[in-house]
Amino acid sequence: MNDMTVLHFSRYARGLLLALLVACAAPAFAIDTERAFDDPALQARYEQIGRELRCLVCQNQTIADSNATLAQDLRREVREMIAAGKTDDEIRTFMVDRYGDFVLYKPRMTPVNYLLWAAPVLLLLLGTFVGLRFIRKQSAQADEDGPEAGKS
Amino acid sequence: MLKFGVPLALAVLLGVFLFVGLQRDPSYVPSPLIGKQAPEFTLPSLHDPNYPVASKELAGKPWVLNVWGTWCAGCRQEHETLMAIARTGAVPLVGLDWKDDSAAALEWLRTLGNPYAVVASDPEGRVAIDWGVYGAPETFLIGADGKVLFKHIAPMTMEVWTREFLPRIQAANAGVAPAGG
Repeated sequence: MNDMTVLHFSRYARGLLLALLVACAAPAFAIDTERAFDDPALQARYEQIGRELRCLVCQNQTIADSNATLAQDLRREVREMIAAGKTDDEIRTFMVDRYGDFVLYKPRMTPVNYLLWAAPVLLLLLGTFVGLRFIRKQSAQADEDGPEAGKS
Repeated sequence: MLKFGVPLALAVLLGVFLFVGLQRDPSYVPSPLIGKQAPEFTLPSLHDPNYPVASKELAGKPWVLNVWGTWCAGCRQEHETLMAIARTGAVPLVGLDWKDDSAAALEWLRTLGNPYAVVASDPEGRVAIDWGVYGAPETFLIGADGKVLFKHIAPMTMEVWTREFLPRIQAANAGVAPAGG
């Protein structure tokens, strides 16, 4: 074996390894690989809704991610409702009526959820308030100690 | 005082939230059906597919819907309890055989006993979705007016039955016959 064949082999092996890895990774992209609709617009809606609905047996997964039988059944319901001409909101309402708000990954704007939606803004305001107070106190301290105290 | 008091209060508050969070079961999802009219269904009977089981026929007095399947370990676990409940005759138990093989389900009832007044067969799981079922066993209590009074998610135990179901059944029966007759 000369150096050339070693190089050749390693290139070949590397290519094969890469192909193998890609082949292994492909099924991880989507559980639900079967196309539900020929119409790309309907297919896009189907995929979008599947990503918004929680699979309740396998929480923290969407029904698009999961291969649990319940997820398969819920995907079937979504597919049939889209085919029947239902709007996205009607499909979401169908799910919420049966499984509650928890089924939605994106919570609705309802009175119960106001605090949830407001929480990021409230926390930001609180953080700003605390931060400003801290800075003010620090600079007041520095003023008290004299103009030279802050420098080191 | 304020310098330590405020962070301490915040830490305690956070601690309380986390502690309460520890006690909660994240797999328990409250049903939006409670207090609402129970979804209607008509399904073939497990024992005779030509004979339809219709929820409408059960109206007028309280009944229990138990969602089960032979593939479900929790259902095997609660089976003896269901048998004991059925023997009390407090309320008819209706089975919903969910996404199951009918032959296996019949064999199950033959060998373990049949606590159900009637069993509806739901191989496609459509009625289960209408009822918001996400994991067997689930047990619903339906009132005389057809409203869902209570839902228990997990194997049934005598403790749950006595604490949650019986008082509601008694109240529902009292509502039907206020004069005690």
